[in-house]
This record gives sequence, structure tokens and C-alpha cells, in this order.
Amino acid sequence: MADKDRVLIEDIERGEYKYGFTSDIDTETIGRGLDEDVIRLISEKKGEPEWMLERRLKAYRHWLTMKAPTWAHLTIPDIDFQDIIYYAAPKPRKKLGSMDEVDPELKRTFDRLGIPLEEQMALAGVAVDAVMDSVSVKTTFRETLAEKGIIFCSISEAVREYPDLVQRYLGSVVPYTDNFYAALNAAVFSDGSFCYVPKGVRCPMELSTYFRINAEGTGQFERTLLVADEGAYVSYLEGCTAPRRDENQLHAAVVEIVVERDAEVKYSTVQNWYPGDKDGRGGIYNFVTKRGLCRENARLSWTQVETGSAITWKYPSCVLQGDNSVGEFYSVAMTNNFQQADTGTKMIHVGRNTRSRIVSKGISAGVSQNSYRGMVRVAKGADNARNYSQCDSLLIGDRCGAHTFPVIDSRNASAVVEHEATTSKISEEQLFYCNQRGLSTEDAVGLIVNGYAKEVLAKLPMEFAVEAQKLLAISLEGSVG
Amino acid sequence: MLSVKNLHASVEGKEILRGIDLEVRAGEVHAIMGPNGSGKSTLASVLAGNPKYTVTEGSVEFLGRDLLGLPVEERACMGLFLGFQYPVEIPGVTMANFMKMAVNEQRRYRGEEPLKAGEFLRLMREKSAVVELDSKLTNRAVNEGFSGGEKKKNEIFQMAMLDPKLAVLDETDSGLDIDALRIVATGVTKLHTDDNATVVITHYQRLLDYIVPDVVHVLYKGRIIYSGDKTLAQKLEREGYDWLINDYRE
Repeated sequence: MADKDRVLIEDIERGEYKYGFTSDIDTETIGRGLDEDVIRLISEKKGEPEWMLERRLKAYRHWLTMKAPTWAHLTIPDIDFQDIIYYAAPKPRKKLGSMDEVDPELKRTFDRLGIPLEEQMALAGVAVDAVMDSVSVKTTFRETLAEKGIIFCSISEAVREYPDLVQRYLGSVVPYTDNFYAALNAAVFSDGSFCYVPKGVRCPMELSTYFRINAEGTGQFERTLLVADEGAYVSYLEGCTAPRRDENQLHAAVVEIVVERDAEVKYSTVQNWYPGDKDGRGGIYNFVTKRGLCRENARLSWTQVETGSAITWKYPSCVLQGDNSVGEFYSVAMTNNFQQADTGTKMIHVGRNTRSRIVSKGISAGVSQNSYRGMVRVAKGADNARNYSQCDSLLIGDRCGAHTFPVIDSRNASAVVEHEATTSKISEEQLFYCNQRGLSTEDAVGLIVNGYAKEVLAKLPMEFAVEAQKLLAISLEGSVG
Repeated sequence: MLSVKNLHASVEGKEILRGIDLEVRAGEVHAIMGPNGSGKSTLASVLAGNPKYTVTEGSVEFLGRDLLGLPVEERACMGLFLGFQYPVEIPGVTMANFMKMAVNEQRRYRGEEPLKAGEFLRLMREKSAVVELDSKLTNRAVNEGFSGGEKKKNEIFQMAMLDPKLAVLDETDSGLDIDALRIVATGVTKLHTDDNATVVITHYQRLLDYIVPDVVHVLYKGRIIYSGDKTLAQKLEREGYDWLINDYRE
């Protein structure tokens, strides 16, 4: 390895999380540990009806019988589940008077990510209404949705206001028995989003968690439920490329999506949580269960850009139950320093003529470990099921690891399942070529990585894609000198 | 413009350049010829700053600055261009995007404003015409799936876009058919002015029918053993290198 390459790699490893942590958020918390009383307390604090509490308790009792999964290609430190605070309601942060009061470093990050000013203000905690014109974006947004009959609110609110919908759909795709972390989430989930798009309605705008009412403080056990009724369409954006201020180390979220007949859902995520420092200290452990159920002719598309967290354990999946339904998974997962990611998808073909497509792009730098884990299952009755999977790995340096664990389980002879995989490195020749045209090594790496991830980035909504591109470059950035 | 003195360079401990002296002035075209393995491509790579090679002795001055002390990208921004013998592919990155970054990076170095999208597109259309490059190629990924001829045309297209002070073209003629050779060579000639200079590295006289050199150098075993005017190239074409290199055999 040439010196230059080594210097580059060291620089990339030094490109530390630019956003740091702030701890100026007052929270109302209960003590550490978990038992039935804690769950009762959570339910009470949230003003939940009895049926919700019963569900939580049932999940908790089941969770007690389960063990944390160990099959992933991850080194997970022992987590003491009695040493965690399970309820912390964020108190409203002190509103800042103007953008001038915002930490300049944070502002610089916003600017580099190209986040619009209004959004910057909201994220930084500036009282948006005070600065903006009379009609706030949020209000307009809410009115537009209400006209179409679209429900978009916090899950806590939904439990109270729309109990029929919640009872019908919550846990219908990811039951509490599903896995250890899903059970834990079902017992203690703090908050999250609920979205219902009625029959035949096309949601006229990208739904972003940023716009959600009561968007602040979803906590570490986030629960999302998204229902697109027959013939509906919605594109949903989760997260944000902007800094995530978060002090919880363990995250166990659940996302459930129901795509009814002829409906279509696009779900995009950019995950940029604290990955730990360059020596591997700290960082979020992210254990997420995401799954969608597709009825007849339905279509579900997952797109994710994962650059954060110390540990990522996440497999957004599609259950293609209805005939002619389509599932898609597009993923870019980047790991640096001591990050570990074990991520991928499951495509479960149940209906006839179901189709799925998987495009996974892993990028590993530093001493990180990046695994793709995928399962394509074709059930007996899934005549003419089709799957195409493409898993690419890009290595930066020679101390990181890329792994692929594809499983194909086909029980129908008419199914066609294809799997392609490649592993490549950013070559010295490519860097030299870019340098020779005047680009710095940092810019060259950003360019090459974005080129590599292009197919996935193209699936993100336009503005999100631009931010994600910059995020990929920033996450690899150091000061080349 | 370029002043190379007693340049020694090695790769993986093996010495390839063993004392090169070369003076190139503005407005000149130099041709460097020589048998395989004599160090021609190494010279081009070392001037551009390829990290694979280690300079062990000697100095290079470019536009009054110590070239060897500068990083690759700064040499490029100063106006040193290398036309690659084997241009690399960069999947997913379009030529247009790549060139936009490069052009604007070099402009920034010179303290100029970046080009606006419209200006850039105009520049790209104008320059792709110089080498009759199919404008569709600029929407494709850098060199990906380009034919041999397209890759070489693409190198000269980039040269046209970046408008360098000194262009070092490493076997830009290899692998080209007669028509492509004419187009590439004419392109290079069109770009030549009194203010810039070109060093062409080639095996064959045929390129020099189009690009008429002021000086022809013969490189052998890491040294320039003979220099002459354009007639030297013709003589080499007829008689080969034997008459020159006999004295240098070890």
C-alpha cells in the first residue's frame, strides 16, 4: 500500500462525527430498570386506554421468555436491560429567538448539508413561527393532509384518537412474538408516527417525520405504523440527514407498513446517528425491525442510507402476500472506524407472480465490519415468483471487512431467483486519475463513493438525495494534508 | 516552463529513470521516443506525481516552482495535464459531473468563480467538438464502456476542457485506427498555442505527421541519449533504434 493510500485512510478514520452531542434537554424520567409497574407507569403517563396497556404487558411477559439474538455478524457488548431508563418524556426545549443563537458549528453543518433555512431553524429549536411569515409551513401542511382525509400524527395520539385503526393494524405485521427487540419495543415503545392514507388517495407531498405534529422526542423505542388503504399512494421519509441529538445508547424501533390492494408505499430512511469515536467508544446500538405487508397488486419500496450508529441490526422486509405484489429494497450502508453493520432484507414471496428486487451497496472504511444479510423465500404457492438481488461491497483500506450472507429458500419450481455480488476497492489508479485532474483526494473519494451508490441514491426523493450525497462525503471526510 | 535536472526515480526499489535532463519552453512541442521499457511512461507519471514512483535524485521546476514538492492535485491546478495511456473507469460518475468538478476546482485554485451550469454546458459542447467526441459520451460514466479510441479522444477532450500550460501525453496514439489517430492528433494541434507546451510520448512516427515536434528525444534505459529535430523521428522509423543504442548496451 502506498503512503498516500495510508494517509488517506488515516484521514478518513479521523473524519469524526461532526455533530457531537448536546445535553441541554431537560427530561422527565423514571428510574432505571423494567418490570410490570414501569410498563403501567409508561402507559399511564401517556394516557393510554386499558387495551393498550394489556398489549404492552402481554408483550413484556413474552419478552421475558426470550433471549437476545446472537446470529448476526456483530460483536455486541452485554446489554444490561435493567440498567436502562425506559421512559423519558422530553420537556420542551428552550426556544431560541433567532438563528444567531444557534451553535455556529451546527449551523455550518446545516449549511454544508444544504438544509433549507426554515428546516434548520426547526431542527435547531428556533421558534419557527416567530421568524417566518404569517402562514407557517406546518399549518399549510396539516390543512392539505386533512382535506384528503390523511391521518398523520404521533402514535400516542393515534392510540387515543383512532383506536379502531390502531387495534386493527398495530402488531399485524410485526407481532410482539416476532423477535427479542420487537417484543421489547411492543412493551415499552415511547412514541413514533402513525399514518393512514384512505382508499384511493394519493398523498400529494412527501410525508416527512419532520412535519409530524408533536415531532419532538420520539425516544429510543420508536414505533411507526403506516397504512396505505386500497389504491392509495404515499412516500414517507424517516429521519433526516441533519444531526440527531440523542443520548440513548440502545435503540429498538419497529416500523410496520400495511400496503392494501393496489396501493403503493415508498419508505425512505437516512440514518445518521452517533457512530462512536475513532477508538470505538460510545455510539448508538440500533436494533430495528421493519417490515411491510403487501396485498394484491401492492408495491412497497424501501430505500435506506445508513451511515450512523456503532451497531446496526436492521432488515427492512416485504411480505408479498397478495398476487402480483412487488417488493423493493435499495440500501447504502456505510461503516467507518469501529462501526459494525449487519443489514439487509427479507423478501417473502407468498402470492403468485410476486416480484422483488434487492440492490445493496456496502461501503466499509477504517476497521469497520459491514455485512449484507438477505433472505429470499419463495413459498409453495408463489407461482412465477421473481427475485433479482445485487449485493456490492466497496472497501476503503485493508483493515475493514465486507461480508455477504444471502439465503435463498425456494419451494416453487417456477420461481426464478437471481443473485449477483461484487467486491471492489477504491483503487490508487482511480484516485491518481482524479487528483491529476485537480481534485483533492477527499473530493475524489466522495465522488467515487457517490458514483458507486448512485443507483440507490437515485431512488430517494430529489432533495433528500442531494443531502444524502453530501452526507456520504462528509462521513468519510478528514482533512487530507 | 519545465526544467528537469538529473531526475532519478524508482518503483518498488527498481531504478527506472537514471538521470533525465529536459528543458521545455512555452510554445514548444517535444516528442519522447524510445524502445519499450526505456522509462517513457515512468517519466510522465513522475512529472504528474504518481505515488507509485519514488524520486531518488534530481529536481523538476515547473513555472518557477519546485514541482516535486507539490501534491498531485496542485500540479494539475497549476496547469500540468497528463493524458493517460490507460485511462481508468469510474463507475457511476458521469463525465459531465467529473469535468465540472475538475474545471471548477482548477478555477477555484486560480481564484476564479465556478462556472454556471449554462456556461459549463456551452464549454463542454464546444470542446467535445475539438475531438469529435460523441456528446452522448459526456453523459456516460467516466471511461466506463468506452472503446479504446473513445478513451483516448476523451483524454484530449479533458485536455481541451482544462486548457493546461503543459500537457504530457502518454502514448495517446496507441490502439487508435487511422481515422481516430487523425482526429486525436489534429485535436492536440488545435489546442497548441505560443503560451503552452506539449510533450508527446510515442512509439511511432505516424503521430508526428500531425503533431510536428520541435525537438525529438530518444529515451533509453532511463536516460535521454539523443535529441534532434523532427527528422530524427523519420530516421528512427526507417532504421530503428539499433544504430543509437548499440553503444549503451550493457
